[in-house]
Amino acid sequence: MWVEFSIIVAKTLIVLILVLNLAGIMGWVERKGSALIQDRIGANRASVLGFAGMGLVNTLIADPIKFLTKENFTPPYGDKFLHMLAPCLAFFPSLVTFAVIPFGDILVIGGREINLQLANINIGILYIFAIASLGVYGVVIGAWASNNKFSLLGGIRGSAQMISYEVAMGLSVMGILMVFGTLEPQAIVRAQGYLEWGWIPGWGILYQPLAFLLFFAAAVAESKRIPFDLPESESELVAGFHTEYSGGQFLMFFAGEFAEVITAAALITTLFFGGWQVPYLMREGFHFPGGGALLLPQVIVAALQVSAFLFKLVFFCWLFILIRWTLPRFRYDQVMRLGWKMLLPAALANLLGTAIWILAVGA
Amino acid sequence: MNVEVLGFFFLAALMVSFSLLVILVRNPVHSALALVAALFVMAILFLNLDAPMVAALQILVYAGAVMVLFLFVIMLLNPASVEPSLPVWRGVVCAACALLMLALIALLMSGPDQAEALHPSSVGAGFGSPEALGETLFNDFVLPFEIASVLLLVAIIGAVALARRVSE
Repeated sequence: MWVEFSIIVAKTLIVLILVLNLAGIMGWVERKGSALIQDRIGANRASVLGFAGMGLVNTLIADPIKFLTKENFTPPYGDKFLHMLAPCLAFFPSLVTFAVIPFGDILVIGGREINLQLANINIGILYIFAIASLGVYGVVIGAWASNNKFSLLGGIRGSAQMISYEVAMGLSVMGILMVFGTLEPQAIVRAQGYLEWGWIPGWGILYQPLAFLLFFAAAVAESKRIPFDLPESESELVAGFHTEYSGGQFLMFFAGEFAEVITAAALITTLFFGGWQVPYLMREGFHFPGGGALLLPQVIVAALQVSAFLFKLVFFCWLFILIRWTLPRFRYDQVMRLGWKMLLPAALANLLGTAIWILAVGA
Repeated sequence: MNVEVLGFFFLAALMVSFSLLVILVRNPVHSALALVAALFVMAILFLNLDAPMVAALQILVYAGAVMVLFLFVIMLLNPASVEPSLPVWRGVVCAACALLMLALIALLMSGPDQAEALHPSSVGAGFGSPEALGETLFNDFVLPFEIASVLLLVAIIGAVALARRVSE
């Protein structure tokens, strides 16, 4: 019993540390990446004890120290309790969502099979959407509790935008659920190990390319980043819903945005890019379509799978950063039109097409 | 008394207190948030009753979408300045109605077979799973399901028609 308990604690810690550190690293990569894109040097001022050589490590240490030692200012006429609660609500969903995302298949240690996923629940995908739908409260409450008109405008924009894109997001995932016939993330990833015609990896994007595009667009909108950063929109609303936040509370909004990006990238990986699947890697080793095989010990297979998941995760995180520094911000009416008049009908059409295809193939 | 029953009483107490907060706090935003919390606890109660699907939908639809729209409207109208002042007799009537309702529910629940029906062991394995729910919904209740969806469609079209500006 104690072994099982410690396994759960270890998995929890691994996921928690992974997400929190990736969020920190993304804060640095975003600055460095934007500098790269804009032909600057960028983010090279952090120097710990006169040592400025390793920008990433220094930034990872300097950032939290700077944020946490600053004053947490609460606007005098705002709602103090809700003002404190909002950053927690903004940070909580993206962390909790990660509990059902499988980061590997099964690891066998000493005859004990460990499922490399924190919680395997049979409504996994629904759980993700249920929790993700709570993410909007951090924005709305934070905005309202600040007692600031810019904040309130940002919060109202945020709530309208997040609800609109949740619809398209949920409908685009339906196609994947219909193809794989399950709501369990681990089962969806396992099903993606199937090789179509014996050699093409049957990842979700192969069956649902349109759904991937729709989901990706909706995921960017849900994370409230450029080109969808209307709730923040610093050229119109100062800093939107977190105008009145400082110190550690601002850090939670700031890191929460990155945690949201990481969760979105993990979802895209899990649903459309085979999760931890490595092409041709079965449980006992590689089986190439030509007939060749390369048998590997189980630990190495598991390590390869976890690194494949991490590689895909980091790739999509980078794609999010790339998009943020490439596209300009949309106008608000454009955001709403894209969500309701383009993504939603396309998602519905995709759903209908998938249903007809499944009926026709008779799967 | 096993853990499940203890958990139920804990959650029920939590839910009742959040529900009380909904009607007792003055600030409409606070009471909307208390309602969100109550709905969230209700979802956990559903989980406790082996209905994970209903629990997830409860959060997704009510806590995640309906209440956000509530908050949205409250924030836009800013009714904090509008202090509601109901006449006393209406409060009395409402309280009487609530008590009557409570008595009715208690009467219905006190039947001899009800206590057994509420026990988790009275449902089969797989109850409340998406598969079981889908089977029931699309086999036994297809017609009501379709009628409900048509009803929702009518509501959507009606809302659009009402909100649309009349073109000259």
